[in-house]
Amino acid sequence: MTISVLQFPGSNCDQDAFQLFASGLGLPTRFVWHKDTTLGETDLVVVPGGFAYGDYLRCGAIARFSPVMGAVREYAEKGGLVLGICNGFQILCEAGLLPGALIRNSSLEYRCMTCDLVVQDAGPVFNTRTLGKRIRLPIGHGEGNYRIDEAGKHRLEANRQIILRYLDNPNGSLDGIAGVRNEEGNVFGMMPHPDRAFERFHPSADGLAVARAVLSVRFPGMVRKSA
Amino acid sequence: MKRAALPPNPDPVLNQPITPELVRKHGLLPEEADQIRLHLGGDPTLTELGIFSVMWSEHCSYKNTRPLLKGFPTEKRGATEHFGRVLVKAGEENAGIIDVGDGWAIAFKIESHNHPSAIEPFEGAATGVGGIIRDIFTMGARPVLLTNSLRFGELDSPLTKRLLRGVVAGIAHYGNCVGVPTVAGDVYFDRSYEGNPLVNALCLGTLRHDQIRRGKATGLGNPVYYVGAATGRDGLGGASFASKELSAESSSDRPAVQKGDPFMEKLLIEACLEMMAVPGLVVGIQDMGAAGLTCSTCETASRGGSGIEIELDRVPQREPGMNSYEIMLSESQERMLVIVARGREREIEEVFAKWDLHASHVGAVTDTGRMVVRHHGTVVADIPASALTDNAPVYQREARRPAYLDATSAWTPEGGGLADLDPAGARAALPRLLSHPTIASKKWVYRQYDHMVRHGTVVVPGSDAGVVRLRLGSSEKFIAISNDCNGRYCYLNPRRGAMIAMVECLRNLVCSGATPLAMTDNLNFGNPYKPEIFYQLRECVAGLAEACRFFDVPVVGGNVSLYNESPEGAIDPTPTVSVVGFIESESHVTRQFARDPGARVILLGGAPAELGGSQFLGLVHGLKTGEAPAVDLAAEKRLQDLLLGQIRAGRVRSAHDLSEGGLLVCASEMLFGPGTLGAALDLCGLDAPRLDALLFGESQGRVLVTVLPGDADAVAGAARAAGVPADAIGAITREDTLSVRTARGPLEWSLSELRNGWESSIEDAMKRPGIG
Repeated sequence: MTISVLQFPGSNCDQDAFQLFASGLGLPTRFVWHKDTTLGETDLVVVPGGFAYGDYLRCGAIARFSPVMGAVREYAEKGGLVLGICNGFQILCEAGLLPGALIRNSSLEYRCMTCDLVVQDAGPVFNTRTLGKRIRLPIGHGEGNYRIDEAGKHRLEANRQIILRYLDNPNGSLDGIAGVRNEEGNVFGMMPHPDRAFERFHPSADGLAVARAVLSVRFPGMVRKSA
Repeated sequence: MKRAALPPNPDPVLNQPITPELVRKHGLLPEEADQIRLHLGGDPTLTELGIFSVMWSEHCSYKNTRPLLKGFPTEKRGATEHFGRVLVKAGEENAGIIDVGDGWAIAFKIESHNHPSAIEPFEGAATGVGGIIRDIFTMGARPVLLTNSLRFGELDSPLTKRLLRGVVAGIAHYGNCVGVPTVAGDVYFDRSYEGNPLVNALCLGTLRHDQIRRGKATGLGNPVYYVGAATGRDGLGGASFASKELSAESSSDRPAVQKGDPFMEKLLIEACLEMMAVPGLVVGIQDMGAAGLTCSTCETASRGGSGIEIELDRVPQREPGMNSYEIMLSESQERMLVIVARGREREIEEVFAKWDLHASHVGAVTDTGRMVVRHHGTVVADIPASALTDNAPVYQREARRPAYLDATSAWTPEGGGLADLDPAGARAALPRLLSHPTIASKKWVYRQYDHMVRHGTVVVPGSDAGVVRLRLGSSEKFIAISNDCNGRYCYLNPRRGAMIAMVECLRNLVCSGATPLAMTDNLNFGNPYKPEIFYQLRECVAGLAEACRFFDVPVVGGNVSLYNESPEGAIDPTPTVSVVGFIESESHVTRQFARDPGARVILLGGAPAELGGSQFLGLVHGLKTGEAPAVDLAAEKRLQDLLLGQIRAGRVRSAHDLSEGGLLVCASEMLFGPGTLGAALDLCGLDAPRLDALLFGESQGRVLVTVLPGDADAVAGAARAAGVPADAIGAITREDTLSVRTARGPLEWSLSELRNGWESSIEDAMKRPGIG
């Protein structure tokens, strides 16, 4: 199995995501540069957190046009697994690979804190058996306020596309939505950071469980091995 | 030696004769202009005058403080071959470097951006963070953490609210984007900083010994590169601006405040570290901070004992028509000067092309000892590099003990007719103290900073010190970092106040389980030309130096910020101290929060008995007076050694030092952790002439620890053996109360009453109407 972590100019959680998979789960992990036009053999593409291209425009608005995103789109359309964390979630929304948009936190301020999250029943593609009902993950963002129109929200609910909700909404997200998947169930995005919840001294080890929840339907062996 | 006049500058505006008025406008004294003529052998051009004015400003030259700073210890006596050697000393380079073993080292330094933040808080604070990060990666180190130390006026004024909001947002904007966690800090609110806030930012980086890079231009003919952002007209003359008092006209200095681009900085970090990792490619490197291109060229030439020639036409420019004066004095951010090994130009250009950044070949290293600047084919400046650096003027200023000290140091509660507290007064005082912004939770501040990026933060902001796990090659190390300085003590007794800043910082580290290693300081003072201010400066430096020597904690770098005055007067002297400590094992990491019901609460160091300079005196009685608390370095060391020993023995469940607000504030803060625990304390056994001083006095060298009941005797025994007073004063409970028995009667508070005010005070003050 190979995990690929994208690197945009301005990515700053690329090392964190790398370590979540490499040292946290012990999986072969590599970086893919934003100027690359192909992904090579890979089993999961991780779009990490940070400020891709500075995010001086809308978050992710420039990153979606970078060369590597063409390859990611192609990969996702063929059913490849993609996980966007924080800025990665914003980029996937901008690229149209996930529904909805992320706007400025309702406080108009950046928030760095640890949040309690309620795990949603998102169907078999997001294996919640490994997760339990409640998890704790850190957040760190200024634009994590999830928005979608009424019709879109109904579709999310009808298709069980919401994967995580905040217990105490830190950013004004619609219905406390913290993470979603696409309809097909191969593209995931979340504002909270599983890549800040896997070391002994982190607020929890739930980041590992989140990573397994994404991977375990395709790779059931890894749950048994490390759970 | 007389020199031939330089040819006319291509921009006629720059061909004005150098009048006394122009000299004065550049912040230079008439005798300094004479010295410039001696160095040059004739009149300077206007470009040259500008260059001298920034290089001879206090910010760059330390002309008023250099003799004082020589008193700091710069070596660690207890260093071994494997740990603690100072590899790059304070003042040698952009930041000091100290060995942390296994071939690894850390570089760290604190720097101020006070004046820019007073004028334009967001950009001022943001570029302060950017500047200190560049000081660290220019040494070859990967920046891994940030801290900051902030001072504002009282939070009841609209100006202070605007400044606080802007400064915090600016730090967050820059630090969060660049991806370096802000893991610790301190914030004080006091009238003396009204209109002149202090913004001191620290960065720490890690590197292998063989990665250390220097700001030296060596090797005749080696190409000089300019990398990073283009040069604009922003920040013109910022270094001389930072060396003036703030006045009502200061806002017209706005162009002297730079604008930061953290995205550019992030690219620059990655590109520079990548370039420096290529063996032998980089000969020298220096960031363009204060005085930009001027400072980086003459300092690298001076350190290298060489010379440097640059051609301004090759400098990337953001706007057309800039003249040589503007280009040389611009303080545009996110720029670096790199000296590359000759013949390897392509390699550096390839690295920067990968990151889509400018890398312009702007000049070459010479052997003339001179800094020569050309523009449009004409020499516009030709100056001996050493005249700008090593041979800058140095002054021994006059010092005079301020008259107010006679009155304040003679003050006593009895002499001042201060009635002691009765139980009702004590009951009312604690919630008031806890909700004063200086003592209250700083969550409103640190939740805006990304303090977890790089996934190494072990103890997040809100405890005595930030703790970070460093990955150094295949090994992990844990470090703690804390900033401290109570300006009120320094106002009342500069020497003692500075020592307190140091010992309190050390105590914070020890409470976190760390052994202090090295220090960086930021000396924030008023105008040194005033003898009373210079006295404060001299005494504070002496106090810091004494404490550093006593504890064998060398100074590895720092910054001086003078002229911190507003029309209301000078700030309280504020020698901010930041110390880095090492934690031997992850299991020694200790937090301030009580964890176990039934745990015993032990007061180490004896009963507090002094009121001078306390927050209590200020808040309840409206007084900033008295003698600063006593400092006994030997007793402090005994306390800290004992505490560290008990932490390592696994007996300390939590530890918190007594500081602003004293014993009951300390006890309350121990209960404000993630759980809901209370405490029942009995202070009747303590020898306490005054109740107010016992509960709220700020005597130094005190720590509260909680220990499991089975370990209490062992801790008491160890304290006895070490000669440290240890009083068992109560226990942690499951009740939602803090109850305290005193000789004058019982006191009780519900924890929610205490906690609500403490937690929400700053947030309430900063609420924006209509925003949830």
